[in-house]
Amino acid sequence: MSIRIQEASFDPGAELNAFSELNDGAGAVVTFTGLVRSTEADPIESLTLECYPELALNQIGAIAADAHTRFGLLDETVIHRYGTLKPGEPIVQVMTLASHREAAFEAAQFLMDYLKTDAPFWKKEASGGETRWVEPRDVDDEAKARWR
Amino acid sequence: MKILYFAWLRERLDRGEEEVSPPQDVVTVRDLISWLRANDEAAKLAMQRPEIIKAAIDAKIVTHDAPIAGAKTVALFPPMTGG
Repeated sequence: MSIRIQEASFDPGAELNAFSELNDGAGAVVTFTGLVRSTEADPIESLTLECYPELALNQIGAIAADAHTRFGLLDETVIHRYGTLKPGEPIVQVMTLASHREAAFEAAQFLMDYLKTDAPFWKKEASGGETRWVEPRDVDDEAKARWR
Repeated sequence: MKILYFAWLRERLDRGEEEVSPPQDVVTVRDLISWLRANDEAAKLAMQRPEIIKAAIDAKIVTHDAPIAGAKTVALFPPMTGG
């Protein structure tokens, strides 16, 4: 298991290659990379993530350990950034290694669903010279609830 | 004990942390939030809906029922928006 909380950017492809090289004969790797979104309908200039690093390591470590057991993962990595990011930059990457694809897919989804509501990060969007805190969304709570 | 504030709670209070010495009858996180609100107008306004505030004691998530005795650090923050 590897959990990284960092301000520095990362190269999603290089991270995937490094993770896959250590596969030890496993059959399936799933990667999810979350990027800063900015659309024509809802453009933003930047996204700032505030973080409580000590709690983030504890929370994400617990979520990843849960995923490891629940889906029989062979390995898992979570990288989560904080600081001010521009549209298109990577925010988060989840990688799961399993014998078969179902477990790898499901575990990646599970990890992301939990990170949304249980990882101590707070997002603030800057747009048109103004900033606003991103509100938690009910659909994120619902997404997490289906794993109970 | 030290209290940490994050996100809009930190902004509304205009401070990220503070040292406090609550009296003996402040037993739980719920009591602590009530005590902070009762003693500071900014805290009263910042936590108008105490029930939505999340808490952690020494970097472990807790409910509002958790006792604060022995805590070094209590963190108070809005719902998380990670991922």
